[in-house]
Amino acid sequence: MSKSPDWEAIASSPKFKQLVARKRIVLSGLMLFSVCYYFLLPIGAAYFPDMFTQQVWGHLNIGLVFALSEFVVAWAVALIYLRIANKKFDVLAAEIVADVEAGQ
Amino acid sequence: MITKGIMAGLFALGMPILAWAAEGAVAPAYRLVTFLVFGVVIMLTMYVTYMASKRVHSASDFYTAGGGISGLQNGWAIAGDYLSAASFLGIAGLISLYGYDGFMYSVGWLVAYITVLLVIAEPCRNIGKYTLADILAYRNDPKKVRVVGAISVITVSTFYLTAQMVGGGVLVKALIGIDYEVSVMAVGVLMLAYVLFGGMVATTYVQIIKAVLLVIASIILVMLVWAPYGFSLPEFLAAVVGDDKVQGQVARLLGNSADTMSSAELGQRFLEPGLYLKDPLDQISLGMALVFGTAGLPHILMRFFTVPNAQEARKSVIWAMAIIGGFYVMTLFLGMGAAVHVGATEISFIDKGGNMAAPLLAQYLGGGADSVMGNFMLAFVAAVAFATIVAVVAGLVLAAASAMAHDLYVGVIRGEHATAAEQIKAARISTLVVGAIAIVIGIAAKGQNVAHLVALAFAVAASANLPCILLTLYWKRCNTGGIMAGMIVGTVSAIALVMVSPNMTYPLKVKANATQLITDAASKRLGLEDTLAAVSPEERAYKDATKALEKLLKDVEKAEADLLRYADQRTSIVGLEEPLILLKNPGIISIPLGFLAVILGSLLWGRDRRSESRWTELYVRQNTGLGAAKASVHG
Repeated sequence: MSKSPDWEAIASSPKFKQLVARKRIVLSGLMLFSVCYYFLLPIGAAYFPDMFTQQVWGHLNIGLVFALSEFVVAWAVALIYLRIANKKFDVLAAEIVADVEAGQ
Repeated sequence: MITKGIMAGLFALGMPILAWAAEGAVAPAYRLVTFLVFGVVIMLTMYVTYMASKRVHSASDFYTAGGGISGLQNGWAIAGDYLSAASFLGIAGLISLYGYDGFMYSVGWLVAYITVLLVIAEPCRNIGKYTLADILAYRNDPKKVRVVGAISVITVSTFYLTAQMVGGGVLVKALIGIDYEVSVMAVGVLMLAYVLFGGMVATTYVQIIKAVLLVIASIILVMLVWAPYGFSLPEFLAAVVGDDKVQGQVARLLGNSADTMSSAELGQRFLEPGLYLKDPLDQISLGMALVFGTAGLPHILMRFFTVPNAQEARKSVIWAMAIIGGFYVMTLFLGMGAAVHVGATEISFIDKGGNMAAPLLAQYLGGGADSVMGNFMLAFVAAVAFATIVAVVAGLVLAAASAMAHDLYVGVIRGEHATAAEQIKAARISTLVVGAIAIVIGIAAKGQNVAHLVALAFAVAASANLPCILLTLYWKRCNTGGIMAGMIVGTVSAIALVMVSPNMTYPLKVKANATQLITDAASKRLGLEDTLAAVSPEERAYKDATKALEKLLKDVEKAEADLLRYADQRTSIVGLEEPLILLKNPGIISIPLGFLAVILGSLLWGRDRRSESRWTELYVRQNTGLGAAKASVHG
C-alpha cells in the first residue's frame, strides 16, 4: 500500500476543478429540472383541472398523458446523466487517478 | 447441515399453518395448491441461502456481499428491496378503487430515484463501507455521529419494518386465511434464516428472485388484461370508462354530486384527478418525502456498498429505474383491469385498502374462482406477495442490524477495535435481536393502523438522513454539530408532526363517525332488502346487493366495536381531542427544518479544522473513487 495521496494538491489541480465544476452544473441542472417537473403533476391536478381533464386521444386525457410523461422524463434524465457520466466524468476522473498514481 | 435444520423447521412450521388456515381469498379446496407454490418459492430461496452461506466469512461478506454484486444484479435487488407489498398490491388497489389518483400516487416512487442517481449512489459507494453512519463518520467525530446516525437508521427501519410485518400478516391472512400471528412468525423466521446464514449475499438473491417473480407475474397479467383490446390504449380506456362497475364506483365516491352526471361522464371521471387525493399541499408534502426520503432509506443506501465501484452503482440505479418504472406503468393496467373485471365492491369487500385487486384480477384472468387455472394464478400472485414481504423485511433487518453491530457495538462501544470474528458474531447477534423485535412488534401491533408508518419512515429519512448525508458530502463547513442537530431535529420534528396530525386516532371523531354509520345503516339496509326482494336471484344486481348487504353488516359490526373500544376515551395518545395540523405528511415542514438544523448546528459548533481538512480528502474521493476501488478488491 502506497502512502496516501496529497489530497490538497489533487483538489487544487485544474483537472479536478474542471470535473467538479462540470458535475455541479449537470447535477444541479438535472436535479432542479426533475423536481420541478415532478411537482407540476400534483399542482396541475389540483389547480388546473380543466386542462387535465381535456381529452386528446379517445378517452385519454392530458392528465394521464402528463402522468405517463413523468416516467418518460425520469428515464430520459437518467439516461442523459448516464451518457454524460460515462463519456465525460469517468474519463476525467480516470485521468486524475492516473496522474496521482504516476506521481507516486 | 444448516439447510437441513431450516427445512425441518419450516416443515414443522408449515403443518400448523395448514391446520390453522381459515377464510381467505383462496378457496379451501385450492389451499394445497397455494402452499405448493409457496413451498417452491421458499425452497428456491433456501437453496440460494445455502449456497450463499458458504460464501459468508467476514463482516464485509455479511453486510455487503464483499462488494461483489454487479450493477445489473444490484439493480434487480434494489427493485426487490423497494417494491414492497404496499406498492405491488397497494398501488394496484388504489388505481382499481380511485382510478387516476392511484396512478398519480405511483409517480413519486420512481422520480425518487433521480435523487438517488444524481447525488447519493456514487459518492456513497466511494466513501462508505457498510452503513449510512460510515459516510457521516468520515470527517466528523466518529463516536458522536455514529450514535445519532444509528439511532436514526434504527428508527426509520423500525417504522418501515412494523408496517411491513403488520401489512404482511394482514395480507397473508386475507389471501390464504392463515392466522395473523402465524404469518408474522413465518415471515420473521424465514427472513431470519436468509439473513443469519446468508447475510447480504442471500438477501440480494432473495430480492432478485422476488423482483423477477414480481415482474413476470405483472407482465402475464398485463398481457391478459390488455390483449383483448389489441394492445390499444384508447380502446382499453374506452372499456374502462364504459364499464358499469367503474361508473358505479365513481357514483359512490362522489355521493350526491353524481346525481346530475350521465353514466359516460361518471366513467370518464375515473380517469380524472380528485377521487382520492384531496389536499394538494399534503400531496406535495408526501412527494417531497418520497423524492428526498428514498435516497436516505438505510436499506436502499446499503445496497450501494455491495457493488465494486461507482460505475456499477450508477448502472444499478439505471436498471432499478427501468424495472421500478416499468412496474408502475404496469400497475395502471393491473388496477384498471381489476376495476373492470373484478369491480370495486368485490375488491374492497375482503380488504378496504384495495390490496386484493391484483390477486383477484389474477384469479379472474385464469378463469374465475371455480377454475383450477384461476386458483393457480391467485396462488402464484399470493406467493409473489409473500416473497415480496420477506425480501423487503430481510433488507430492513440487515440495515438495522448493521447500524446496531457495526456503528454502535464495533464503532462506539469497542472503539473500532474488534477482530473479524467478533465483528461477524456481533452482526449475527444483532440480526437475531432485530428479527426477534420485528416479530414481537408485528404481533403486538395487530389491528393497529400502520399504513402511515411507511410515509413516516420516508419523512424521517428525508428530514434527518438526507440533509446530513448531502451536506457532509457537499458542504465544506458541515461538521459534527450540524450532523447531530440535523439527525435529532429531523427525526423528532417528523415524528412529532405526525403525532399531532390526522393520522392518529381521535376517539371523539371515531365515535362520531361510528354513530353516523350506524344511523345511516338502517335506511341503507332497507333499500338493499327492497332490491333483493325486487330482482330474481339469478341477476347480477341480486349478487351485488347481497355483497353490499354483507359489507354493510360488517361495517356496522366494526362501528359498534369501535364505540365500545373508545367508550371512555376522549383524546389521542398525545392527549389531543382533534389534530393540531391538517397535514398528514410532515415532509414539507420537517425537511426544511432538517436542512436548517444541519446548517445552524454546523455554524454554532464553530470552525472544525479537522472536519474541513478531511473534507478535501472526502471531496476528492467521492468524485474520483480514489482509494475506494482498492478496498473492495480485498472484500
